[in-house]
Amino acid sequence: MPFLAELGQHFLPEVILAIGVLVLILIGAFRGERGFSLVDEMAVGILGLAIVAILLSSKQVDVAVFDGAFIDDAFSRFVKVLALVGAMVSILMSVDWLQRNGLEKFEFPVLVILSTLGMMLLISADNLIALYLGLELMSLALYVMAAFARDDGRSSEAGLKYFVLGALSSGMMLYGSSLLYGFSGTVSFDGIAQAVTEHPPLGVIFGLVFVLAGLAFKMSAAPFHMWTPDVYEGAPTPVTAFFASAAKMAAVAITARIVITAFPAITTQWRQIIVFLAIASTLLGSFAAIGQTNIKRLMAYSSIGHMGFALIGLAAGTEAGVKGVAVYLAIYLVMTLGSFAAILAMRVDGRNVENISDLSGLSRTNGLMAFFLAMLMFSLAGIPPLAGFFAKYYVLLAAVDAGLYPLAVVGVLASAVAAFYYLRVVKVMYFDEPAPDFDRSPLAIRAVLAASTVALLGFWLYPAPIMDAAGAAAKSLF
Amino acid sequence: MAAVFFYLFATIMIASACVVIFARNPVHSVLFLILAFCNGAGLFLLAGAEFLAMLLIVVYVGAVAVLFLFVVMMLDVDFAELKQGFAKYVPVGAAVGVVVLAELAMVTVGWQPSEASKSLLETPIAANVSNTAALGQVLYTKYVIFFQTSALVLLTAMIGAIVLTLHHKPNVKRQNIEEQNARNAKNVVELKKVPFRTGV
Repeated sequence: MPFLAELGQHFLPEVILAIGVLVLILIGAFRGERGFSLVDEMAVGILGLAIVAILLSSKQVDVAVFDGAFIDDAFSRFVKVLALVGAMVSILMSVDWLQRNGLEKFEFPVLVILSTLGMMLLISADNLIALYLGLELMSLALYVMAAFARDDGRSSEAGLKYFVLGALSSGMMLYGSSLLYGFSGTVSFDGIAQAVTEHPPLGVIFGLVFVLAGLAFKMSAAPFHMWTPDVYEGAPTPVTAFFASAAKMAAVAITARIVITAFPAITTQWRQIIVFLAIASTLLGSFAAIGQTNIKRLMAYSSIGHMGFALIGLAAGTEAGVKGVAVYLAIYLVMTLGSFAAILAMRVDGRNVENISDLSGLSRTNGLMAFFLAMLMFSLAGIPPLAGFFAKYYVLLAAVDAGLYPLAVVGVLASAVAAFYYLRVVKVMYFDEPAPDFDRSPLAIRAVLAASTVALLGFWLYPAPIMDAAGAAAKSLF
Repeated sequence: MAAVFFYLFATIMIASACVVIFARNPVHSVLFLILAFCNGAGLFLLAGAEFLAMLLIVVYVGAVAVLFLFVVMMLDVDFAELKQGFAKYVPVGAAVGVVVLAELAMVTVGWQPSEASKSLLETPIAANVSNTAALGQVLYTKYVIFFQTSALVLLTAMIGAIVLTLHHKPNVKRQNIEEQNARNAKNVVELKKVPFRTGV
């Protein structure tokens, strides 16, 4: 297929983002600081356009493009829509926050789009070079965004920490990639799958471990999670929302793709690693969050735990498992965006507050917000009939079907422990003495909060769209 | 002959790498780092990878090492303070180092390319083509999408550097080249007759 035809037919969302971001940079450069709101609105439009482009092409067959560099399949389309929704909602929620904190620079939406473009390349990467380039494009923009409030010491610290550790993890991943390439003579996932047979030499296992360590860092799975609480706490809150939502989608998706398509012959070997990551993450996510008083740190540990659950589904290594991961990602995205909308709404007298105690007695001062946040917390804890329960149900079911009983038991126990700190937030809101009332939050944030709660409540009534799309996505990987 | 040069380059490289770590003066460290890079380039040449050799000189010696030199000379880093906790962390660091070294040795010993790798090579190089030419043949054709993606990565880095470092201060006088060019003596120079012993 000619280059331009491939670009137009299978790479249209990426092309829209790439050209769109260049236009935004030009507008920003010519209009300066005054261009912020225009660039911001256009950025939302560009992301929306990319989503439309993906949805319109959703019936296409799976095809590898650019000499096998990228693949356009149902799995990549599913996760790309999730990442784009995460990016779009993050920008929508950020406008007011950035303006109030004197950060209304047009580079913010530009960086979000560049990072999202990296995520999309990462999600559809079909060889190691594409994987690395997508990962770097995504991460470089994320490092800068973590330090975006450059006059704030905590934000600069977050950026520096994330950058140094991220560079280290990229180095490990590259080393692993070089071992894999040296062994198989090719960087394409299909080629590696052909070269790696049942009993590979030690070097291949080393390569696999290094690559997975690098990817585990990006999705902040324990024991590669150390950066997460500090970076989540220090980075500006809209940036944290973006980190916790869109970035995770891409990291989990590429991990699933690489182990399923490049290493089908050594499932037992990579399953050990994924099982370890899953157990460590779920346990750490539930125990370490108990003592937290800052809600952003709480969400950081919560996201570590949730990544552990997504990995439980992947550890099954079956189609049902990958379907569970896809459903989990979709529901996790909604829960995270909703929770961060609530955190962004926490303002008292024009100041941002982020302690759990600031939520005291919210049911009496702002009953509707308290209800929404309580539903989100119930869903994060996995209490039926909210969507969070079904997310956990499908991954655990897949693990049990694959015979991974100990893993499923650990998952259920960790979930029970984690319920404690989610329910504590609800208790603080409903039974403690009221703290000062929050300022009225902007429309976008209230809308996201309400929409996410409705989506979580409505999932058990009408799960078909998500379940069907996730099923098709999982099927395309095998 | 090649063996002689191999051992020559390898010895100098390892020796200068040791000096990089042990030198007291950080500027000397950077200079020995450059020496190590140059010898590394020599090793690449011996292995037939002339493009990597050129890259090492141009990128690492030409840009990275010089940047290090600037950083070391311009930032006032107190190395004595940095080294303070050194003794405390030596046992842990050494233990990790030994473990990694043992693992690497295991990998190197037990590692060989797979049987299938010969047929899987994506861009085999013909015997009479140098690897610079071979790279040139595929970089803008087969791998053009990667080339474009790298451009986006560099764009991101550039935007990031500007966002994090550029301060627009309101009270700074900026150079206005247009205005400067439009000046002429008639408009801006004023001749005055100054009376003796009174001043302007």
